[in-house]
Amino acid sequence: MKEFVLLFRAPGLNKNDVSPEELKAMEKRWMDWAGGIAAQGKLASSGQRLSQEGKVLKAGGVITDGPFVEIRERLGGFFVVRANDIDEATTLAHGCPVLEYGGSVEIRPIYG
Amino acid sequence: MKNEEEDLKYLFQQEFAKMVAVISRMYGLQYIETAEDIVSETFLLATETWKEKGVPPNPTAWLYVVAKQKTLQYFRRNKIFEEKVIPQLTSTPEKEEEADLDFSQQHIKDSQLQMMFAVCNPAIAGEAQIGLALRILCGFGIEEIAEAFLSNKETINKRLFRAKEKLRSENIKMEMPAENEIAHRLDNVLHIIYLLFNEGYYSQTQNQILRKELCIEAMRLAIMLTEYDKTNLPKTNALMALMCFHASRFAARENKEALVLYEEQDENLWDKNLIEQGMHFLSLSAQGNEMSSYHLEARIAYWHCIKEDTKEKWNEILSLYNQLLMINYSPSVALNRTYALYKANGQEEALREAEKLKLESSHFYFLLLGELYKNIDNKKAKLNLKKAFALAKTQTEKQSIQNRIDDF
Repeated sequence: MKEFVLLFRAPGLNKNDVSPEELKAMEKRWMDWAGGIAAQGKLASSGQRLSQEGKVLKAGGVITDGPFVEIRERLGGFFVVRANDIDEATTLAHGCPVLEYGGSVEIRPIYG
Repeated sequence: MKNEEEDLKYLFQQEFAKMVAVISRMYGLQYIETAEDIVSETFLLATETWKEKGVPPNPTAWLYVVAKQKTLQYFRRNKIFEEKVIPQLTSTPEKEEEADLDFSQQHIKDSQLQMMFAVCNPAIAGEAQIGLALRILCGFGIEEIAEAFLSNKETINKRLFRAKEKLRSENIKMEMPAENEIAHRLDNVLHIIYLLFNEGYYSQTQNQILRKELCIEAMRLAIMLTEYDKTNLPKTNALMALMCFHASRFAARENKEALVLYEEQDENLWDKNLIEQGMHFLSLSAQGNEMSSYHLEARIAYWHCIKEDTKEKWNEILSLYNQLLMINYSPSVALNRTYALYKANGQEEALREAEKLKLESSHFYFLLLGELYKNIDNKKAKLNLKKAFALAKTQTEKQSIQNRIDDF
């Protein structure tokens, strides 16, 4: 078994646009999907969710409050999964809720 | 007469743990076997004397006096006290005169807590540790331990011997861990208590009294931890809540022949008092930010105390199982999670997920598949039940699976 990181990217979510019920439903979809990977014993590390705010340091010491407005998909978090190869890791990524919101999952092998 | 014998057995079991803890605290864990011998001899003398003269009005006081004498005799006679123990003692030599075992309630309690941390030291991990806990912390006899593990006396004796060797070679001391270490060291103590409880709750042995006793002992140890400020943490209370909720179903899950499955239990037999206790500990566990696996399992167990099936119930249970799996994977949790998924999100989604699990050595897996294929593909449902039948270990299990096959 090798380890792969799944990087979740999604368009920024304005929490004012979604009702608490929708938010709860999104949370449930997310947990059910992650639970499905964990149930196969293939989740190596989970729950690393990133805040929507942050800072970016650029060359020349320029600090901005994030590039997040400039790019369509911001990094929302990551999982580390165990799989035999990248195809299996990609199969695990299927059903990820970010795909429903116009986001993407990037699958990258970890050296080791 | 029978009752009196049982009372004595219970008394000895309780006092064994206390007295061994106090003696070992005084002389050090390297003499733990001596302490066991002294206490056993004390019980022997008690049984003989009490048979003739009757049980004294205060039997524990009697035991303490005799144990004190025997302890002093042993250590004096062998000059162990002067030559080995005194040089080890850090306090003043006048201690020799006062070298008197302190059997006050507080001292017993402190000694037992220290013994818990000593026995649950990660250095002696493994099967031997639970055995040692049963012997030293719960006062179980070798025969009972062997029965609980479906093993024999010889094997258990060997295991205990090795564990005690380890206590010596790792130089484990009877003391409370430093303040900043307690929370971390407590994890191991809680884990052993959890294993003890599970050993009783899910044990293979048919001896229902023994199984129940294991569970009660585990709860007794956890209560001791809740009575001491520094170990009375949210996770301790979460474990306590979990055990209360499970224990509330003792009467309902047992009948003469076999275990009664949750779905078939008569909830009037659930112990309301224990459920209330569980709620009490559950609310105490909700302080602070830590979400231990005990918190999650306690909440799952809580939801199982509500018999009525609601959407909310199964959504909650599913979410808790998801979180539990993310902390710690185990095949049985994966199966339970898939069952909750079935109840919460429906048969088809659960079937898709179940097919991914590939837990093909477990008959529970094929039972679940059998259930999930029902009405979707009855042929496959039956096939899976047959696989479950082939893998089932006990006759009772086989019979209940056969009944389900016959239902098709």
